[in-house]
Amino acid sequence: MTDKLNIEIDGRVCEAAPGEMIIAVADREGISIPRFCYHKKLSIAANCRMCLVEAEQGGRPFPKPVPACATPVGDGLKVWTRSPKAIEAQRGTMEFLLINHPLDCPICDQGGECELQDVAMGYGGDVSRFAERKRVVKDEDLGPLIATEMTRCIHCTRCVRFGAEVAGVRELGATGRGEEMRIGTFIAQTVEHELSGNVIDLCPVGALTSKPYRFTARPWELTMHDSIAPHDGLGSNIRLHVRRNQVMRIHPRDNEAVNETWISDRDRFSYAGLYSEDRLTKPMLKQDGSWREVEWTDALTLVAERLKAADAADTGWLMAPNATLEELYLAARVARGLGCANIDHRLRQQDFRGDAADPLLPWLGVTASELERQQAILLIGSDIRHEQPLLAHRIRKAALAGAQVVCVNPIKLELNHPATQLMGSPAQMLSDLAAIAKVLGARGSSAANDLIGAAEPTDAQTAAAAALREAGGQGGGVVLLGALAIAHPDFTLVKGLAHAIAAAAECRIGYLPAAANSLGAYLAGAHPDRLPGAKPSETKGGAVAEILDGTSKTLVLWGFEPDRDLIDTAAGMEAIGKADFVVACSAFRSAALDEMADVLLPISAFAETSGTFVNANGTWQRFQGAVAPPGEARPGWKVLRVLGNLLDLEGFEYRDGAEVQAELAALCTDSPLDNAPRGDFDASPASASGSGLMRVGTIPIYAADPLVRRSTPLQQMPMPRCELAVYLHPQQAAADSLGPGDIVYAQQGHQGARLRVILDDHVPMGCARISGALAGSESLGPLVGPVSLERVKNP
Amino acid sequence: MVESQNTQNQNSVCFRTMHLDEAVRHTLESYRGIGGYAQWERILRERPDPNDLIEEMKISNLRGRGGAGFPTGLKWSFMPRNAPGQKYIVCNSDEGEPGTCKDRDILRYNPHQLIEGMAIAGYCIGATAGYNYIRGEFYEPIARFEGALEEAYAAGLIGKDIQGSGIDFDCYSHMGAGAYICGEETALLESIEGKKGQPRFKPPFPAQYGLFGKPTTINNTESLASVPVILEKGGKWFLEQGRPNNGGLKLFSVSGHVNNPNNFEVPMGTPFRALLEMSGGVKDGKALKAVIPGGSSVPVVPGDLMMDVDMDYDSIAKAGSMLGSGAVIVIAEGTCMVKVLYNLSHFYMHESCGQCTPCREGTGWLARVLHRILDGEGRLEDLGLLDSVAGRIGGRTICALGDAAAMPVQSFLKHYRHEFAYMIEHGRSMMAA
Repeated sequence: MTDKLNIEIDGRVCEAAPGEMIIAVADREGISIPRFCYHKKLSIAANCRMCLVEAEQGGRPFPKPVPACATPVGDGLKVWTRSPKAIEAQRGTMEFLLINHPLDCPICDQGGECELQDVAMGYGGDVSRFAERKRVVKDEDLGPLIATEMTRCIHCTRCVRFGAEVAGVRELGATGRGEEMRIGTFIAQTVEHELSGNVIDLCPVGALTSKPYRFTARPWELTMHDSIAPHDGLGSNIRLHVRRNQVMRIHPRDNEAVNETWISDRDRFSYAGLYSEDRLTKPMLKQDGSWREVEWTDALTLVAERLKAADAADTGWLMAPNATLEELYLAARVARGLGCANIDHRLRQQDFRGDAADPLLPWLGVTASELERQQAILLIGSDIRHEQPLLAHRIRKAALAGAQVVCVNPIKLELNHPATQLMGSPAQMLSDLAAIAKVLGARGSSAANDLIGAAEPTDAQTAAAAALREAGGQGGGVVLLGALAIAHPDFTLVKGLAHAIAAAAECRIGYLPAAANSLGAYLAGAHPDRLPGAKPSETKGGAVAEILDGTSKTLVLWGFEPDRDLIDTAAGMEAIGKADFVVACSAFRSAALDEMADVLLPISAFAETSGTFVNANGTWQRFQGAVAPPGEARPGWKVLRVLGNLLDLEGFEYRDGAEVQAELAALCTDSPLDNAPRGDFDASPASASGSGLMRVGTIPIYAADPLVRRSTPLQQMPMPRCELAVYLHPQQAAADSLGPGDIVYAQQGHQGARLRVILDDHVPMGCARISGALAGSESLGPLVGPVSLERVKNP
Repeated sequence: MVESQNTQNQNSVCFRTMHLDEAVRHTLESYRGIGGYAQWERILRERPDPNDLIEEMKISNLRGRGGAGFPTGLKWSFMPRNAPGQKYIVCNSDEGEPGTCKDRDILRYNPHQLIEGMAIAGYCIGATAGYNYIRGEFYEPIARFEGALEEAYAAGLIGKDIQGSGIDFDCYSHMGAGAYICGEETALLESIEGKKGQPRFKPPFPAQYGLFGKPTTINNTESLASVPVILEKGGKWFLEQGRPNNGGLKLFSVSGHVNNPNNFEVPMGTPFRALLEMSGGVKDGKALKAVIPGGSSVPVVPGDLMMDVDMDYDSIAKAGSMLGSGAVIVIAEGTCMVKVLYNLSHFYMHESCGQCTPCREGTGWLARVLHRILDGEGRLEDLGLLDSVAGRIGGRTICALGDAAAMPVQSFLKHYRHEFAYMIEHGRSMMAA
């Protein structure tokens, strides 16, 4: 603490670090200084001039008022924020800001929560001295998420700096000079960045507002409810703004350890899906092929009877990985209570040969805040910006601070930071990893060692290995496995090589959770060989692949859509279709569920139930329900509690969700956050066999789960490289005599889909990128697996 | 005595090629003929301690000729010359200050002396690369400077390992695109970097974080072009040409209502009266009404007061204005000062970069109120308003453009308030009466 110094603000002695700006010290001390351009997470612009204060140093007054945001503290600094000189400067700026501001607060969406309005109350005059004509600025259409009213813009450039510094894409910029300065996109394009909605929060006035929320409510009508975002593995802290039992909008809540001050657009706008027309609002029963609404008692009694009567060995429970911890735990308890260990949440995984070696609780390996301090990051199989938008931001921060980021992927990513991208087919990914492992002298399972032995490292692979070794030696290296690794036909080998690399380079290894509560599912026991607390189970049940191998007679589907959320939708739907009795617990109806299920139970969606998500850090984040579920839909944990009672299972007398959580928490006291493997990841490579094309199926950011897929504003966003189409490398297309716009029949197994060809050099040779989870992709097979393309002659 | 010294030493620094034939005075041969590049070649040969050269510059008391008047030697001494990494010398030839046209003629008639000055400055501050940022409208001067660069490269005077000395100096020209604000040194750096020309907040100063984030010194064209002569004749000689604290010769661009508008290189401290005489006196034999002595950004000085002022930093400051860039705008009796001020204010409205609130919003406000007064729609309270708005711009912005916009307004209202009041009351100019 020797390098702390004391300054004086408004007569109060404040401790400050050298180089800190006056405004940061004042904020910490609770001394309010008005500001518009300053934001703690953005670079200092010092352009609004609202934070001017009077100051002196060492007894010598500064000749002019100084901006508190850009004046570093020093020994003997004295600051007056409320002196006549300071107030006159602040009032002066306020007057300038208001002369061209429309003052249309009654029709402005920002009214009531506007920084300009607030500060004007304190520093503005009641009558304007400005009698000239006001400026009017033409609006630009920034797309479905951000509404603009650029006449209100006060040119603080927070949105511009956000793009340049945080998003890493300069989607907004300032053009023109003086009064003619305009904030815009230069060439009138949609703002598409996955964090773009944050500019709505950053904008201190009503220039950039939320388009979906626009003109629907006033801030003073809203009640705020803390919650946790239900999509990616980070679990961003959010605040739901509710009016009359309806979620009107979502804002971020500061949490440095998780989402800092940002949230992704997916977390911000997915709430719109809550109000889609296909909400399931009544328990329904299929009789003689037609659906009938029934009472909960009747529905649950029937379900209990059928579950009890079913052969536990032929029963399977498939759980969405973003179900709450309480739901997952109670579902696992019901299933195991009936003697059924066939329960799994890993819906987009196909290779389960490594289960025995898996860590008990695969987590991120480093905390989110540690991630940005890594010196080398090996990212294996992840479309990171689509999967984990804010973890991608942490990785970007690390890269900008000098970290080496190396990607081993079956696609080339559109990254906004420097990175080495090794792009190759799924089989090539194994070779790339083996080559890196070879340089490091790593050893693994016998199958891995075969690959390592056969590898001939290239310069890029050698450099990647060296970067990992150097960072690892300093405790700053991490190897991360993402969704495309999980979906890999040789996930076992990918894991084996990744662990070998991490061990040899002394790096940590981490798993990017597939969804909001993937870690929770391990802890809850929603896994064929995990008991609550992520403890290994002696009786091993069937994983997703086994449950959907076509032999299950009774199936419980929880919170997902089989035509979208399975790794192999074609085979999965076929298997579900063969079952005798299918219970679907869902917040939404869909044609596929209607066709496949026998009973539909309406459960609460996000924001309608209390619950807990365990994020990538292993942090338990509990939240409360903010609105009542529609119709007769009920929180999932309550449904399972009643089901437990009807099945006469013991210990299902919970009074509230917190009690469920507390019971599980007691079982998790010694759950290790330890990614060390428990055995050898040994399996012979499957992806190398065959010489045909491999499908590379990523899940588009706005198709990840049922809620997102129903959010109209998000569905209106452009999805570059993720439309339902076949993306081929131009040379691959040429080799197959295909051209852009050709219609092909893409076949996987005995099914397929007619798709358009798009040329894209971000896809490796030997691969066809066809996204999953889109309408029209359900007749396709594994997200990563063989595919054949045949041109449709007369489409 | 002062008079005789004037005539004797006129055009002896930046304009020392002016006596040569206009067709060839800008060539390398001409410059060589008057001893050009001798100082640079001496440095290449002897590799003197840069600190000694900087010391010589300090003795000369050369003050920045772009307008701010910051001592050049002192500025050079701020550079971390021995720090590793690239450093830059940047020449500011974005001569945009209304009334100023001196740098243009250095580029046109003596470009080699500027190149030599930049190379020497680069040597002194440890920079191996220099940029000359030239106003975009300067077609002929740009061609002259770039021609001189080619000649200097061809003659092996700049480049890599110059004349086997182990010293590198590369020099580039960069054209502006018509923004006045890019004459502000940090906006100029942004512009070279390919960004929107907007001043940077300081600190950090360019000597720590300049062009492309590297330590950089920015000097005016006239300052840099003075360097070879200072080293040739000595700092003391240069200082003695002028007055203590106001060393050397200075280029004055005399424009406005004079018979012979021109650039004059005369010793500091030359009486304004003498300068006016050189310019052929006030046009049409009219009386002198006012002078803006240092470019449009400085306060106006009434004619009778100006007639007793000497042209140096301290004397003009005593008269309530500034020497600035040395652009002397002469205003004859009969000129409507409301129109003059509107012209100036409109300029600043047009040229504000738009970054800081007071300047972006305030300059337009000032110009609009003045326009309204000219339209006969003025109100008496507008005078107080103009004064107050100007006061709220000055000293509140990142760069000095805010001050530049405010000072003319305040000074015009101070000296010619009655003309503004007359126009408001009568709906027409007092000068038309």
